[in-house]
Amino acid sequence: MSDTDFEPKIVAFLCNWCTYTGADLAGTSRIQYPPNVRIIRLMCSGSVDPTYVLKALLDGADGVLIGGCHPGDCHYQSGNYKARRRVIALKEILKQAGMEEDRVWLRWISASEGQRFAETVAKMTEFLKEKGPSPMRQKWAV
Amino acid sequence: MQAQIPVEDGNAVAALRGFLKGLLETGVVEAVVVPMETPAGAVTPALVADPALLDAADPLAPVMGLNMARVVGPVTIREPRGKVAAVLRPCEYRALIELVKLQQASLDDLVTVVVDCLGTYTVPDYEAMRAKGGVSRGGLFAAARTGELAPQEGYTFRDACQMCERPHAERGDVQVWLFGADLSAGVPISLPDDLGERLGLSPVEADGRRAEVIEKIVAARIKVRDEWFAEIRGRLQEEGVEGVFAACIRCHNCMTNCPICYCKTCLFKSPIFEHEPIQYMNWVRRKGAYRLPADTMLFHLTRLNHMVLSCVGCGVCTDACPADLPVGRVFRAVGQEVQAVFEYVPGRDVEEPLPLVTFREDEWSEVGEEE
Repeated sequence: MSDTDFEPKIVAFLCNWCTYTGADLAGTSRIQYPPNVRIIRLMCSGSVDPTYVLKALLDGADGVLIGGCHPGDCHYQSGNYKARRRVIALKEILKQAGMEEDRVWLRWISASEGQRFAETVAKMTEFLKEKGPSPMRQKWAV
Repeated sequence: MQAQIPVEDGNAVAALRGFLKGLLETGVVEAVVVPMETPAGAVTPALVADPALLDAADPLAPVMGLNMARVVGPVTIREPRGKVAAVLRPCEYRALIELVKLQQASLDDLVTVVVDCLGTYTVPDYEAMRAKGGVSRGGLFAAARTGELAPQEGYTFRDACQMCERPHAERGDVQVWLFGADLSAGVPISLPDDLGERLGLSPVEADGRRAEVIEKIVAARIKVRDEWFAEIRGRLQEEGVEGVFAACIRCHNCMTNCPICYCKTCLFKSPIFEHEPIQYMNWVRRKGAYRLPADTMLFHLTRLNHMVLSCVGCGVCTDACPADLPVGRVFRAVGQEVQAVFEYVPGRDVEEPLPLVTFREDEWSEVGEEE
């Protein structure tokens, strides 16, 4: 695959109350963003099990985006604070295990930030295009 | 208070048995969890209520097949329960503290007796020694005084022990201070004043060699540890987990034997990982080949994710691995870094919350914003 026609695949775990609604707003506002993102809707960023992030990465996803409410705005009071610690731990483990932790992004995007959602997806797609395909795409023995 | 258990005929093990019998006979506890020599000669943990049976107790047995915290959990986890004492190595005590935080054990009604660890052998090595004429203990007891701990000729200490920088009793209700002691004269212990008085012990001034001997042992262990960490970190960066764990046969022994890995139903034994046959075809079409059993590296990475913050470095995972994988070295090397991020030391303090069950609002405020 040449660099020019590489289209990264991003798996996005979005919280129902903020980032998913933000993505919805981007759609209803007709804001254009790259179609590289596959959205999985969860009730809270605090319910993103790192195992699924790892599964996506090992099976060759080029990036994983976790979206939640801004700190202080969690519908369940503290889910995003817990998600923050989990993602920090996970990224450190990825780094130590010789995997590319910068393929995992955590972003706070509110229900009113359709523009920010679109920009985040655009930036992440661009970043991953420059970075290249995940090495896991070629690795069967994982 | 600091006291000394008197030793007769140079037998420190018998002296400790006497101490444990004292705990039973004075009614401090109803039973003791302690390594016991079975009639067949192997060593296993047991719960002992009859003081006479403590003649078979071997609280300093230099063998470790499982982490004692695993067996103390079920004996203490909920009321009604008995008042018991447990003889623990420092890594076992640390694992117990983590299990208490995970609500899998309790310190209530429990007297922890934490012993300085002179180093342990694997079960196969220990059994081989027994078959070939016995396990020599005198050398180790003598070396406790100087800190020049060496395994029996022809054997090595367990992988985890060779790089253990916390072999000394730092916490616990009763601490048995072997390091720096002349064990032919007496076994120094540290214990609460009221317990000491109840057992008829009187305070003894320590001779001050312990700190010096610990420093010497720890320095030597850290040297080994850092060499091994550098080696395993290099391998992880070059080969990845799929290189280091390449020979894994997915027996789950590491998981079963890990004292911290407590879930009754493991995620990896749940229906989540019972994939539909057609799902395998989806995966193989994508990559051209797909390792089976599926999710083997996911298993190891998830175990790291679940366990590494609480990993106390007891190394029973390594001993349990039939493929001889350096499981414990990976967990310790990765653990050192991940634990440092949260300034967390597993087993340090029962009041210190597990990093992933707590949070502060005013921490890592840059995370989640643009980079």
